[in-house]
Amino acid sequence: MSVWLQIIGVLVACLALGWLLRFAGERVTGGRPFFRDMSLSVAFGYVVAVVVLIWIIWSYYLARTLVAPEVNKYFFFRLAIEGFLLFAAAAWLFRLLGRSVGTAGSKKLFRQMPLTASFGLFTILIYALLAIFAGVIAPHGQEQILQGVAANIPPGGDPAIGGSADYPLGTDQIGRDILSRLIYGAQNTVGIAFATTCLAFFIGGTLGFLAATLGGWLDQILSRTVDVLMAIPSLIFALLLMTIASAWAGSEKGLLTFYMVIIIAVIDSTRVFRLARAVGVNIVVMDYIEAAKLRGEGLTYLIFKEILPNATAPLLAEFGLRFCFVFLTIASLSFLGVGIQPPLADWGTMVRDLAQFINFAAFAPRVASAPLLAAGAIALLTVAVNFVVDWMLHRTTGLKE
Amino acid sequence: MSRLLTMKDVWIEGRSDETWNPIINGVDLHLDKGEVLGLIGESGAGKSTMGLAAMGFCRDGVRISKGSVDFDGINLLKASAARKRALLGKRIAYVAQSAAASFNPAHRIIDQHTEGPVQHGVMSKSESERDAMELYAKLRLPDPENIGFRYPHQVSGGQLQRAMTAMAMSCRPDLIIFDEPTTALDVTTQIEVLASIRDIVEQFGTAAIYITHDLAVVAQMADRIKVLLKGDEVETAETRQMLSHPKAEYTKSLWAVREFKRPQKPAVHTSATPVVSVQGITAAYGKINVLHDVSFDIHEGRTVAVVGESGSGKSTTARCITGLLPPRGGVIEFDGVALPLDYRKRNKHQLRQVQMIYQMADTALNPRKTIGEIIGRPVEFYMGLKGRDKRRRVEELLDEIELPADRYIDRLPSELSGGQKQRIGIARALAAEPKFIICDEVTSALDQLVAEGILKLLARLQDERNLSYMFITHDLATVRSIADEVVVMKDGEVVEQGPKTDMFRPPHHPYTDLLLSSVPEMNPDWLSTLLAERGIDNIGDAAVGKMNQE
Repeated sequence: MSVWLQIIGVLVACLALGWLLRFAGERVTGGRPFFRDMSLSVAFGYVVAVVVLIWIIWSYYLARTLVAPEVNKYFFFRLAIEGFLLFAAAAWLFRLLGRSVGTAGSKKLFRQMPLTASFGLFTILIYALLAIFAGVIAPHGQEQILQGVAANIPPGGDPAIGGSADYPLGTDQIGRDILSRLIYGAQNTVGIAFATTCLAFFIGGTLGFLAATLGGWLDQILSRTVDVLMAIPSLIFALLLMTIASAWAGSEKGLLTFYMVIIIAVIDSTRVFRLARAVGVNIVVMDYIEAAKLRGEGLTYLIFKEILPNATAPLLAEFGLRFCFVFLTIASLSFLGVGIQPPLADWGTMVRDLAQFINFAAFAPRVASAPLLAAGAIALLTVAVNFVVDWMLHRTTGLKE
Repeated sequence: MSRLLTMKDVWIEGRSDETWNPIINGVDLHLDKGEVLGLIGESGAGKSTMGLAAMGFCRDGVRISKGSVDFDGINLLKASAARKRALLGKRIAYVAQSAAASFNPAHRIIDQHTEGPVQHGVMSKSESERDAMELYAKLRLPDPENIGFRYPHQVSGGQLQRAMTAMAMSCRPDLIIFDEPTTALDVTTQIEVLASIRDIVEQFGTAAIYITHDLAVVAQMADRIKVLLKGDEVETAETRQMLSHPKAEYTKSLWAVREFKRPQKPAVHTSATPVVSVQGITAAYGKINVLHDVSFDIHEGRTVAVVGESGSGKSTTARCITGLLPPRGGVIEFDGVALPLDYRKRNKHQLRQVQMIYQMADTALNPRKTIGEIIGRPVEFYMGLKGRDKRRRVEELLDEIELPADRYIDRLPSELSGGQKQRIGIARALAAEPKFIICDEVTSALDQLVAEGILKLLARLQDERNLSYMFITHDLATVRSIADEVVVMKDGEVVEQGPKTDMFRPPHHPYTDLLLSSVPEMNPDWLSTLLAERGIDNIGDAAVGKMNQE
């Protein structure tokens, strides 16, 4: 109960401080419109923001100064703050680099880019490099069980708690290098997710535009089929189909992965279909489409040359989101054991395999961070892709000042 | 009269590409109580920006950098947000160009009407509703007691525009800013809205700033006219004086636009085969018949203007000729040969011969393609030219429409002005080298000066290439300047047709007469005279009286 009272007390104090801020600001600046026209809720917001900032700085100070075991409480918090600052600095440097190197066009692009977008681009670039050159970068093979090395070495490389400098991110339960598996995981998980999303867009986009352009019974059939497919919860549906597919594939693991790509692509293409059709219907009524029809243009030209260029903005935005969803679906399926099959490294499987270490979080946070590495890799990519998509959407829809 | 609004040396800037560009350069404006000031100029002259600045407001990305706006002793640029909130809507009101876009479609008209008075504490909700009905009656809206309870989509555009004027009047403001309130309406509707606005402004002694690009309209409404050009004031004078003795060259050129007239071509020999012959066309959307037995001929090198108000079936006729809406019955002949009714059944040659220019160049040009691609496609598609030959042909076409090829060929439509876009539409039609072009309201979205340029271009191309035009329009000034023959349509039927000279000479069909007399003239007494002739001078008051009796 007293916690609630404390929270209410702090909020009331913030409100009072907000009023004071506005009053003082108006007095000191001599009635500047910024303070004069500020509503109390906005002033309250400023004060709350400042209070939260102070709290974060204070907690971080504690995390740096306290010693074990108290510092364990702040371990993940400290990691988050440092990671955030590190990535912000990296994004800022990356943007600076983009502004000074390259053609005039790319320089202009980087000049107008928000920090979030440059962070996203930077992260995606790193992931792409890791995925492409996984074989060169990774110190060990993804399936390699290291001889003479203990299993379950905790990440961090700190010998005091059993870490090893040779394996900075530790080893998993059967003694494979986690760093190498993470790098190969980028290749498998991201690569397959990308291929699946492309396939989903090809199917959904083509059918959606076709339905929008032709209309009539074709539109009815396609739309109702999609309605039926969308009515089934997608993860359950995917699980069901994967079960059937694993029976078909038997022991052929490559074939199962291929089936998975098809299944997820088809399920996700229903969402793409809906979007493509909705966007297409609005474009089809434009006079320039009518002009093209009257010119005698064929269906292929209409769809790919007249409609598609005008639908890229929403489709691109959807691509980013859809990629994340597909990626998470694959990770979930792998986590449930029907996705990418071992011994191929996959982030979802890695989270599942190391999941029991989460219980160590309270007293041995370093050990507990082992399963979080793969989860963090998933989260980071998801955030990065969304940042980039937001930025592209902002640019292409012309939401400029 | 006492001074209501004084704007002194106002400078306004807009932000684009990270720099501030001037929009208004030091314009003065003043307004007395009960006075109506007309603000005219072509698009981009800064009329609307100036109108909004009179409320102490500017759009996002725009700022008032210098000057003062004084409304009845209150400095609007320095006033606090709370003070302005108390003023706007109550003492200063705004009527936007598109009422359809300005009303919230999810609420009843009267609920939106009463919001202002109730918020400002002028009237209670029920008082305000009663008042709204009276205002609706004064503005000659049909069924004033019930119309407010409809949703915006349930009334016509002209009615909605009047409902918006009523809304602006709801708090009996001292100043109303009208931003092109009739531009989107056709002539017969425009008259009603103009008359209503003028009556109500006179009755309540409201001062108004009337923004428009139509000189004839402003001549009816304003006591004084101010002409703007690219953010600079050109001249200001009393309406009558301005009309009879414009001083500045630019003003004179604006006045002269309506003078453009192409000589009428001699009547064609009756035995000549028409280029396009429409014979007894009947068409329907679903079960609703929209065209009944429409017939007319278009001869080589001639322009046939099809006139009528919105909903009269002009554009539907065009859709029938192009084959987009296959008619239920009738024949369409091209050079004496019947065309397949559905465009999908026509061959490339037949499609090429009939081209179309659209009203809204914005939607008629694919925004993602460059000018070179837009014009190049028909060149490639019909003529089979590729690579360098295609580019040379596109350059020739751009030359034809008087745009420098090297500067425009790689631009996107969004980088062109409205008039330039319309020229690209013309070039795209020309690229097919047709014999016949349908022009669907090609000038109605353009300023008069720009529209005149387009009309002259079309006339020149017709003379050079012996083209035939079907010219759909509701603007009789355009008809007067370009047509050889006129077809008047109403409710899907041809009411009257014949050579232009006959059409503009009495006796007329009553509907033609209504259309002709509805075209605003550059005479400040025109509206009053017309209303007196039609005997609808004080219908507004009569309606209120009738309502009160009931």
